[in-house]
Parts: sequence; C-alpha cells; structure tokens
Amino acid sequence: MYVLEMDHVSKAFPGVKALDDVTLKVRPGTVHALMGENGAGKSTLMKCLFGLYSMDEGQISFNGQPVNISSVKEALSLGISMIHQELHLIPYRSVMENIWLGRYPRIGGSKSPVIDHKAMYEMTAALLKDLNLTTIQPTDLLRTLSVSKAQSVEIAKAVSYESKIIIMDEPSSSLTENEVEHLFTIIRSLKARGVAIIYISHKMEEILKISDDVTIMRDGKYVGTWPANELTTATIIKRMVGRDLTHRFPSGESVIGSELLRIEDYTSPNPRSFKDVSLTLHKGEILGIGGLVGAQRTEVMEAVFGLRLHSVGKLFIDGKEKVCNSAYDAKRLGMALLTEERRATGIFPVLSVQENLVIANINAYKNKNGLLNAAKMAADTKKSIKDLDIKTPSARTLIKSLSGGNQQKVLFARWLLTVPDILILDEPTRGIDVGAKYEIYVIMRELAAQGKGVIMISSEMPELLGMTDRIVVMSEGRVAGTVTSKETNQEEIMELATKYVG
Amino acid sequence: MGTLNAKRVKQFVMDKAIFLVLLLLVIVIAVINPRILRLQVLRDILMMSSTKIIMALGMMFVILTGGVDLGGGRLVGMAAVISASMLQTADYVRRFYPDLGQVPVIIPILLAVAVGTLFGMMNGLIVAKFKVPAFIATLSSMLIIYGINSIYFNMPPNNSQPIGGLRADFTFLGSGSVGFVPVIVVFAALVSIIVWFVLNKTVFGKNVYAVGGNPEAAAVSGINITKTLVGLFGVCGFLIALSGVLEAARTGGATNNYGNGYELDAIASCVVGGVSTTGGVGTVSGVIAGVIIFSFINYGLTFIGVNPYWQNIIKGVIIVAAVSFDIRKYVQKK
Repeated sequence: MYVLEMDHVSKAFPGVKALDDVTLKVRPGTVHALMGENGAGKSTLMKCLFGLYSMDEGQISFNGQPVNISSVKEALSLGISMIHQELHLIPYRSVMENIWLGRYPRIGGSKSPVIDHKAMYEMTAALLKDLNLTTIQPTDLLRTLSVSKAQSVEIAKAVSYESKIIIMDEPSSSLTENEVEHLFTIIRSLKARGVAIIYISHKMEEILKISDDVTIMRDGKYVGTWPANELTTATIIKRMVGRDLTHRFPSGESVIGSELLRIEDYTSPNPRSFKDVSLTLHKGEILGIGGLVGAQRTEVMEAVFGLRLHSVGKLFIDGKEKVCNSAYDAKRLGMALLTEERRATGIFPVLSVQENLVIANINAYKNKNGLLNAAKMAADTKKSIKDLDIKTPSARTLIKSLSGGNQQKVLFARWLLTVPDILILDEPTRGIDVGAKYEIYVIMRELAAQGKGVIMISSEMPELLGMTDRIVVMSEGRVAGTVTSKETNQEEIMELATKYVG
Repeated sequence: MGTLNAKRVKQFVMDKAIFLVLLLLVIVIAVINPRILRLQVLRDILMMSSTKIIMALGMMFVILTGGVDLGGGRLVGMAAVISASMLQTADYVRRFYPDLGQVPVIIPILLAVAVGTLFGMMNGLIVAKFKVPAFIATLSSMLIIYGINSIYFNMPPNNSQPIGGLRADFTFLGSGSVGFVPVIVVFAALVSIIVWFVLNKTVFGKNVYAVGGNPEAAAVSGINITKTLVGLFGVCGFLIALSGVLEAARTGGATNNYGNGYELDAIASCVVGGVSTTGGVGTVSGVIAGVIIFSFINYGLTFIGVNPYWQNIIKGVIIVAAVSFDIRKYVQKK
C-alpha cells in the first residue's frame, strides 16, 4: 500500500522533455530517496507534486485516491509539504509567524481578520516541544537562528500542516555533521508518526544511512526503485550515470615542490571568528581544509584573499612577505578564489558565458586606446569552453541556463584566465552532480600537475580524503591539526574537527 | 559585564545613529532659537506633521514590499481638488460648480478617498499581475493622475483658477480645534492607531510583512500575493487621498499643483523612521517619529533663518545618511 503513487508522469518545457514517463511510489512511514544527476528531473517531478508545475501527462494518487494538484495551497491542504533547498522563511519575523504564515489562528472564527496571538504562541510552543526543538522560542526572530535551527522551523511548519508527505530538497547541504545527525533524529521521529519523507540529496553516505527505498532517475526517465539495503554507493552511481564510474577520484601522484604560500597567525578582529591560523601550501600540492561548518574555514580563506579583515597575521608568497588587503591585491599576487555561494558571489546570472568568463581578467583585453579587444575575448572564451569541456550551446548563452556543474566550470575558467599560481576553492563541488564532480576533480589534478597550489575547503569527507595531499583540520576558528591524507581516516579528522567544540 | 554594556551601547548607537544625529540637529535648532520650544509652535509643528503622518503611513505599506509610490504627491493634489471643488461656500463668487447645493461634507471626502483607493488598487494590480516594478507603475500613475486632475481643474467655469472659499464645516477638519487639541492631530492619531492594529493584529498586516520580507516564502505558504498587493496599494492610495483632503481643509484651498513632491518627503520620513527600503521591516512608531523629526527640522531651519536652498541640501544629506545607516544594519559585517 502506498501513500503516494505518481504514474506515467511526463512534462515538457520548450526544447526539452524534462520528465518522460516517470513513476514514483512511496510507502507511508518511510524515507524515500530520490536520486539522479542534476538535470535528471528530480526537482521537476517534485514541483509537479507540490503544485508548482502542472504535468502534461500522468496521474497522482494520494492514499489510493486520484488527486489533481494545481496549486501549492492544494498540495499543502492534502498533506504534502516541501522543505526547499533555499529555506523559504521571512527573516525579520518571528518563528511562530513563519510557521503559521498563510493560516494564522484568528479571534472569532476563520473569517475574522484579527489574529489570535496567544493561541498562535501556544500552538507553536506545543509543536516545538512535540518535536523536541526546545532551544527554539516561538518569538525568536528568524534571522537570529542558525541555518540548522531555521531548517528545523521549516520542518516544524511542515509537521503543523499534518503532512503525510514531506519533500526535503538537499536538506543537509548547509548543515554540519552534528546538525545532520539532529536532522536524522527528527526524520526518524517523523517516520514513527507515519510521515513519509521524500529525500533528495547527492550525498551517497547519507542516503544509504537514512533511506528505506531509493528511486533513481536519469535524463528525465525512471531508472528504478530499490530497497536501500540492497544498494551500495557504486551501484547507485552506476545507475545514476548509466555507466561504471569505478574511480570517484582521478588517480595521480602529486609532485610537491617548494613553498608557495604561507600564512602565520591569522587572527580575526572578531573574537568569535578565526584565531592564530597558520598554514603552508606548496607548489603542486592540493591542500584540504576540513572541519565542521562554522569552523571559520571560509572566513580564513576570505581573509587570505583580502575580502575580510584580519587584525594579526603575516602572508608570505614564495617566501617573501606580502600585503593583501583586497581581492584586487590578491589577483595581482596570483591568487584566485572560487567562492562557496556560486549563485550569490560567483556567477552573473543574466550575463553570457563569455562575459562571465572574461570578467576577472578584463584588464588584459584592453588595447592601447582602452577599448576591449572582442576577438581576443572570443578566442579565450572558445579555448576555455574547449579546455574545460563546458557544455553550453554557445558563448553567448546566459550562464543562468547552464547546469550547476557547467556554471562551476565557467567560474574555474574565469580564474584560470588570470593565470593564478594559487587557487582557493571553497566547496567547489557543492550541489554538483557526480559526473561533473569528477570533471572538476580532473581539472584540480591537472592544475596541481602544472605546479600550481590548490587549497580546497570541503565538508565532504570522501572528497577531502580522496583528492588532497594534506588536510588542515579546523575547529572553532583554530587549526586543530594537519594530517597527511593517505595516512588518515574519517575518524581522526572528525576527532580533530570537534577538538575545540563545546 | 562592563564590556558587554559598552558593546550594547555601541550597538544601540549604530542602530539608532540617524535618529541621534537628527535629535542633535533638533537640539542645535532649539539652542539657536529656544522660542521654537514654545507650546504654540510645537502645536503648529504637530499640525503640519499630521497630514504628513497619514501620507507617510500609506507610503509605508508600499515601502514594506520594497517599492515606492511616486504618484503619492499628485494624488494628494487630486484628492484636495476633488473635495475642495464641491465644498465651497454658497456665496463665494468663483464657484467650481456654481449651481451645486449644500452637499453633506462627507460625500466629497468619500468620493476623493474612493478615487485615491481606486488608483492605488490599480497600481497594485499592475505590480502584481504584470510584474511592473512599483517605481515604474507609480511613475506612470503620477503622470496620469496629474493629467486627469489638471483637465478637471481646467474645466469651465473654473479654468484653472485656485479653488478657494471653502466651507467652515470642511476647514474645521483641517484647522479647527476642540479646546487646545487640533482636530487634524486627532485624525492623525486615529489613523496611526488603526494602521498599527492592521499591521500587527490582522492577517492582512502580517501578509504585508510576509510578502515584503520574502515573496517566495509567502507564495509557497499559500498567501494570495496579488490580493495582498492590490490591498496594500489600495490602503496606500486611501491614506494618501485622505491626507490630500485634510491638506485642502487645513490650508483652505486647492490647486492642481497641491502635493507636488510630497511623496519624496513621505519616503524620506519612512526611511528616517527605520522602514527598510529592501522590504519587510518597519514600524508605525518609527514612521511617526520620522515625520515629526523631519517637520521639526523643516520648520526649525526656516525658524532660525536658514536659506531655503540650503534646506534642500540638508534634507538631501539626511536622506542619504539615513539609507546608508539603514543598509549598514542589514549588511553582514565582515
């Protein structure tokens, strides 16, 4: 018996068939993972279920009854909720207002225009208590909460709708390992109440740990559904990409050269941020920065790149002390930074691939009159697209219409045009599908082979262990230890990452 | 403990910086000419502020959603002309409607306010349905409202003559008082209370903050965004038209150029009062404080004899300062 059956669902957009005869059957009280590369149609399928898109063909049955979901309101009132990747919350409003948004309790019946604040407070307090979220107060402003707590508020909101199905789209992408554990605890308690969870994630280890069933999609088509305990990371990847991907990481030995970058005692003026951070990067080396989210890894690297202040600390490049107080300085010193938030601080969505590519290197295209040399820009763009195998219809395509993986490759290419010696990559494969991830790893290896130094911040253990030569593990703004990747394991890194916590 | 307090003080100063600067300016004016602190003068300033408070509260609804209403000033003129044209004394020589009898005072007022609400709702509909930014939608309605109002104002026999000779029962609303309390201040107080109630205690009010704070979140929570936008622009039009009517009653006349530029004062007052131009943040008390401080400085600069051109420069600086401090609050500090 299924709580949800989606049969023969098809949906076309101009030029693409996003969904082609897709099936999804979810049992009540289970976690059902929905997997596939980016562009496989997972999100489109979920948007059809949540009333954001209408299906061209197909049938949805809910609790055995055929239903027609044409708006979010209908989905919610049926008992289908969605926790979006980018949380849909209102920052300057309280927790309780966010939870009861659109259906506030009212004084004197449902038609009354006046809100019953007392009832709203009590309902929220009861709900939070029920979910064991006692560290959150109903009157807390959303903006004062951590990402993890804000997500808990979204989950509480879904529960308050008495949802039978909760769709979670990449819920763990910005959570620390501890917070993911907390999320799983909530998910297990939801399961115990008979709620079904549709869980979308790219993290194999998580999927195998939390889910009961796994449905895999590829190129808008249904591949199959299997019990999670019959699957392994390798079989999932194989079914997702439709080919064997025996190596998740490209092989290759690093040839470590002389010292390239050294920072000493970097300390933030903000006492809650990083403190006494020292590290060294060599030519040809891939240096990982590990740690929990909140360990101030991004902050340190942004300070190195001149985007953030540091009150103490010295920077040496090739053994010579340098000053770097802005991204402009950093660029001149041969550094490049791929930021963590691709959409917020990486791409210019409504500009073309070419414009996105040349922007960091734009001064190099000025001719003697100060005008831009279009031919040279076009040539470099063409070369970049070829070298990094960027899948784009043309150089004039707007970057926003590319997949996440290809956008990331454009950003890589953007910085490679500046011919940097030091590349700082902040979560370079976040939200990118397996195939594109591998291609990014290949690029990193090639750069290291050319003698450049690469620093990679990553929250994904396998990636850290598989790609780097050494790992600097940070904990609560400090360096907890540096380990050699070949000689360490997940447990040792976790231990270091939690060294100064609490 | 000491550092914590010092930090709190610093945070408070940061958050209220523009307020403190303006208070300083108020003090400077008061020191230069202490006569401004006489009760009579303060009462005048409060009366002058009243219509502006009503207008700024209307403007606040639109700014809460991240937009502005550029047509507000012209709407003040239209509401003033409509109400004044039908409320002249019977023996006035140049009547707009020579043969019009003694209509109840409420009818022209309701008419003017209804027209304002309608224009507001139309703005809302254009913003919601056609996704035109409020800035552009209201820029257009500014032109349209002024055009229509000027045609009306130019109708024979008026032929663009200033409308005067307003009836005493009408002007009482603007310039009369009960005891020492001006009627217009009572109006402003009532409107403020009602707006506070609507924003804080009703579903519509919460929806305004929600749509302004995160429209996508509002949409996926099943809030009817079109309805909310049409509603809040309607409220904005209603309040601005009401302030126009009261402005006619206060000054005892109207022309088609009444209210020109008032929308900028209203926007400035909102911003100074802490309404965030990025949407979703703002309080009634802040707006009232913003208007009163602005009026005091306006009045005070004239009072101490500052050249009116300089007054414009000072106002401009205040607005830029207010917005930069406001933005500072929301920008992640690095």
